[in-house]
Amino acid sequence: MKVLIIGATSAIAKATARLYADRQAELFLIGRNEERLGELLTDLKVRGTNQIGHQVLDVTRQKEHIAAIQQAYDFLVHVDVALICHGSLSDQETCEQDYEMAEKEITINGLSVISLLTLLAKKMKHQRHGSLAVITSVAGDRGRQPNFVYGAAKSMVSTYLQGLRGRLHPFNVHVVDIRPGLVDSPMTSHLEKGPLWASPELVAKKIVNGIDNKRHTIYTPGYWRIIMAAVRFIPEILFKRMNF
Amino acid sequence: MELHGWGRYPRVNAEVLEPINSEALQKILAGKESKQFCIPRGAGRSYGDSALAEKVVSSRFLDSFIAVDDANTLIRCGAGVTLDNILKVCIPKGWFLPVLPGTKFVTIGGAIAADIHGKNHHCDGSFCDYVQELTLASASGEVLRCSRSNNSNLFHATCGGMGLTGIIIDATVRLENVPSVLINRKSLPASDLKQCFELIEEYNDKKYSVAWVDCLSTGKSLGRSVLHIGEHAEEGVSSYRNRRGLSIPFSTPSFLLNNFTMRMFNSALYNLHKKGGETYTANYDGYFFPLDYIRNWNRLYGLRGFLQYQFVLPGDSALGGLLEILKQVSRAGMGSSLAVLKKFGEGNKNLLSFPQEGYTLALDFKREKQLFPLLDELDAVIIDYGGRHYLAKDARMSEATFKAGYPEWEQFQKIKERVDPSNVFSSLQSRRIGLT
Repeated sequence: MKVLIIGATSAIAKATARLYADRQAELFLIGRNEERLGELLTDLKVRGTNQIGHQVLDVTRQKEHIAAIQQAYDFLVHVDVALICHGSLSDQETCEQDYEMAEKEITINGLSVISLLTLLAKKMKHQRHGSLAVITSVAGDRGRQPNFVYGAAKSMVSTYLQGLRGRLHPFNVHVVDIRPGLVDSPMTSHLEKGPLWASPELVAKKIVNGIDNKRHTIYTPGYWRIIMAAVRFIPEILFKRMNF
Repeated sequence: MELHGWGRYPRVNAEVLEPINSEALQKILAGKESKQFCIPRGAGRSYGDSALAEKVVSSRFLDSFIAVDDANTLIRCGAGVTLDNILKVCIPKGWFLPVLPGTKFVTIGGAIAADIHGKNHHCDGSFCDYVQELTLASASGEVLRCSRSNNSNLFHATCGGMGLTGIIIDATVRLENVPSVLINRKSLPASDLKQCFELIEEYNDKKYSVAWVDCLSTGKSLGRSVLHIGEHAEEGVSSYRNRRGLSIPFSTPSFLLNNFTMRMFNSALYNLHKKGGETYTANYDGYFFPLDYIRNWNRLYGLRGFLQYQFVLPGDSALGGLLEILKQVSRAGMGSSLAVLKKFGEGNKNLLSFPQEGYTLALDFKREKQLFPLLDELDAVIIDYGGRHYLAKDARMSEATFKAGYPEWEQFQKIKERVDPSNVFSSLQSRRIGLT
């Protein structure tokens, strides 16, 4: 099995990579921080992966995407699972004050993903098999006051994935939209945790399961599907007065 | 957030910091505002308050493997790697952890801080005897490599030092080659404590040996017990195993664990092994970690939590002391359901390590008001017999009890003063027992 992971040093990606390492999958990791990528590489080797490659990439540099994906394909030859995990939890207030910040966040969480998807979709169409999995967020299900910049970027990706899924279906390529709820990871370390929070390890397990079983949209943990259905159901006239 | 140990008592509202690597950790230690009272924490499997403070530095994200040395069977990994993670990696290589406690969910950092022991202490010593080297972030943020030859004083203070000398970032542990992870086990019933002692001595050459003592039996059968011995099978397929198991989803009312139910359970267990003497082969997972099969079993003790009480009594006088303690426990009717008895071999050079030559007994108690006076009485007996308590399980012992049991505390404190003059590292426990 050959797996490409983008944004590999994020907590969810790391936990997912370890599950694939347990299966002795061949891995190619793309991430921003060379040192942390190196640490993860060693860790995964100890855990059982023999074939593992990596490439440093700052996803905001769109021009470098082509080369990075090519690197991955040169190493793996073909890709069974491509998982896009990178993201940044935007600070809503700063984004509202400063468009440049908003643009940066939308680039990281939205546009860069679409650029990478464009490249990967072409490759996968060509190889005529594989799964494209992207971590979006329950925040994309409805724009909410505390994080609608982040939510907007994520929902852009979710909408894109819905279309792409149909486009790639005739080519035997499966598209998975992974929508985690609240995940207790370094990205959210500054937030107060409650009972709805899930560990990256649990989310990773659901991701691998979802990809194995060719699910379309995964809410992880599953209760978020119900929570978000309820959130979407709230009439706008009430919703606009709610701040959560 | 609210934190507690495995015994779910005491509880404290703590700020939890989760560094993702040693740079982040150094930044935390350099940050002035974090200087007040912090304590490293691994999986939170110590029972009492040894990993509790206003500020807690969790090793949760320091969970990477760093290197493997196949020639010397060494593994270097982050402090937050659990024993289960290590078993998963080393069993396919034919290696095994030389010391395993009753749960596989403890971290390396925690295992070193408590210098944990297993069923084979009488043969193989404790966990830190297999630690080659460790990397420690000291109070100043300086990163120190410690081993028996390098910073050796700090090494012997950190091993068993309950996280009070600094934060372990990573460690190198020596594993052992085993023919199989299958265990040939045998259970031998003993009708009283004296017979149990005789059996323990008789089977002293067996690698693994531990006895379950029925604390609710009284009179002639006081200390009726079952000795479980085991050795690695000569051959058999070695494979890592991760049973799914059961989980206790919420705290059950503590009255479910009462004298009656526990008596039934103990009798059933004893009668199950009464015939005994037969050897059968078990997988390592079921043999070493029976309780891991029930995740969150600590919730069975209800919301009030429980206390585990473990002590060691030295050498020859141990039998008398243990009988006295069992008598007191059964007289008080507090009924710890099951106690675990184990013979320790010689202790090591670590200043605050618990194991010393003798016999150790671990008892569980539901937390009740009347419990604390009883435990104070038991403390006195233990000190009389020259014993000491296990810090990783303690939640209530007094400063005097601690200092009587651990005469090397002064030496420890001297080293601590040198590396941590302003007492950055301090837990609820260390303050209670007058160490910080």
